[in-house]
Amino acid sequence: MKQFIAFVKKEFFHIWRDKKTTFILLGMPVVQIVIFGFALTNEVKNAKIAVLDNAKDAAASSLITQIDASRYFEVSQHLVSYREIETAFRQGQIKMAVVLPLHFEEDLQRYNKAQVQLIADASDPNFANTVTNYASAIIMDYQRRITNNRKLPYTINAEVRMLYNPQMKGAYNFVPGVMAMVLLLVCTMMTAITIVREKETGTMEVILVSPMKPQLVVFAKAVPYLLLSVINIASILLLSVFVLEVPINGNIFLLVGESILFTLVSLSLGLLISSAAGSQQTAMFISLIGLFLPTVMLSGFMFPIENMPLPLRIISNIVPAKWYYIIVRSVMIKGVGLKDVWQETLILSGMMIFFLTVAVKRFKIRLA
Amino acid sequence: MSIAVTVKNILKTYGKKKELVTALQDINFDVKTGELFGIIGPDGAGKTSLFRILTTLLLADSGTATVDGFDVVTDYKQIRKRVGYMPGKFSLYPDLTVQENLAFFATIFNTSIDENYDLIKDIYIQIEPFKDRKAGKLSGGMKQKLALSCALIHRPSVLFLDEPTTGVDAVSRKEFWEMLKRLKEQGITILVSTAYMDEASLCDRVALMQDGNIMSIDTPAQIVANFGRTLWAVRSGNMLHLLDELNTMKEVENAYPSGTFHHVILKKGYTDAFLQQALSETNNNLEIKAIRPNIEDCFMQLMRR
Repeated sequence: MKQFIAFVKKEFFHIWRDKKTTFILLGMPVVQIVIFGFALTNEVKNAKIAVLDNAKDAAASSLITQIDASRYFEVSQHLVSYREIETAFRQGQIKMAVVLPLHFEEDLQRYNKAQVQLIADASDPNFANTVTNYASAIIMDYQRRITNNRKLPYTINAEVRMLYNPQMKGAYNFVPGVMAMVLLLVCTMMTAITIVREKETGTMEVILVSPMKPQLVVFAKAVPYLLLSVINIASILLLSVFVLEVPINGNIFLLVGESILFTLVSLSLGLLISSAAGSQQTAMFISLIGLFLPTVMLSGFMFPIENMPLPLRIISNIVPAKWYYIIVRSVMIKGVGLKDVWQETLILSGMMIFFLTVAVKRFKIRLA
Repeated sequence: MSIAVTVKNILKTYGKKKELVTALQDINFDVKTGELFGIIGPDGAGKTSLFRILTTLLLADSGTATVDGFDVVTDYKQIRKRVGYMPGKFSLYPDLTVQENLAFFATIFNTSIDENYDLIKDIYIQIEPFKDRKAGKLSGGMKQKLALSCALIHRPSVLFLDEPTTGVDAVSRKEFWEMLKRLKEQGITILVSTAYMDEASLCDRVALMQDGNIMSIDTPAQIVANFGRTLWAVRSGNMLHLLDELNTMKEVENAYPSGTFHHVILKKGYTDAFLQQALSETNNNLEIKAIRPNIEDCFMQLMRR
């Protein structure tokens, strides 16, 4: 036990004295949350649009005012001819153009039917989709207001409720994703690197020729990173609650407990990688390419798994982050309890035991 | 006298069939308890492989070896408790201080600095003024003293030092060998490998290694005595030309530069009189004398067989 404590203490010295790395490890989650929260958002906010108002009547201007007043759009240009639309798009000044035909109000009142054209820049299809949806919603809203006084023969009103995330905030999606990513990086990559470093510098040689059990070396390496991860979990949760205003709807202890379980899975993976890698570069390469990419791509965080072709959907099952992502989303956003995520929890536990067993079995008690 | 280390028919190869490299070819030797045993050979002779097999870090392809009576394969745990090992490469933590390194190794060997301080006192006292300095910032000689302290902290019965003096200045090397002598007086068996031939004479017995073979095992004095030939040291105004000329003479068995002289071994029946006569015409300031061979001369001679 004394050996174990001395080893853990030594690991802390390594981490603490490498100030730059420590800073990166602890600062990374903060930076990622901030970047994802404020910069990399696909929510539409004050998108610049142009208006070609051929009608110039009361109804048209009131519709334009309503679009402009929403927090999604900002009318930046008033155009006078159809040709100018093309120019404005080419110059990249606008994201969407709204075209109102001649006699807009007249059509509306006389024929109960008027047309509005929405032209969007589909070179970014997702964004084009979003802005036209928003604009349609505003137009629908406008329509509902002016038809309020009248009786319509048939109306079907689709009442949409966005459960768990009524404001459709992106943060609800990426906070679980960032947690998975950060924990994986800190635990897997750093543990793998630190063990391989001992092999590379030759200190492993000296430690092996000592009475200390090799398995103990492996566990002692993992302890400090487990602690670092707990700090990271705390900082991510604090940031998301207080800065991004993402609520923790479920039990916080369950959430932290599941995060620690995922941390342990990542640590075991790191230990496994270290037993296979001969150099720090290899360890880093395996961690980044072999783990980081699948985590980003196949966990459901960036791209919905349901839309993937079957082979990718099957592969996604062996990505630990997928299960963790489901758990965090369920517990944090939906507020469910353990009885609803026990399957995912069981899968993660199974993965941890498997990786850890293989890692310890593969740990070499000799050099070659 | 009891035996500390035995090596029997140890064979070690690296790589696959096509590019098979034989590091150790059927090595045999014994080291007596309390002996200062040197393994002398150039880089690539197989010294490190041998040390790693004896310290249970590598498995030999065939053959057996024991350290302190324990088999290196089956009883590796026992061996790891009782040997001290200092690898050729500096293998301490550069970001830990001198004191922290020593305390760490003391703890993982289940002991403390205080417990065995008397053993390392002579060595450690020299680096103690720098005990709060990071190990990575020490000079080469000090690093090596720290590494030795760490290898000794658990009072090992057998100490393995793999090229401890490589890359260390002449003064530190001398000091280091004096430290080894004092450790030997404490009853510790020491196996030390080196590529410096001049260090051979400081050992009790030496094994001369070349290409995975042990060419000779004996006391340094006996190895020199077994040289069996007369060695001539030759010098002239133009050393380069002299060497060329010596190498083309069919009466010369071997000639090679050594310090400020060329060392020459003549074929049977020829003496310095022959050399004098053959070289005096083409060389100015010619100087020829018979000298006592050193270990390096013996090594060169053994290599030719």
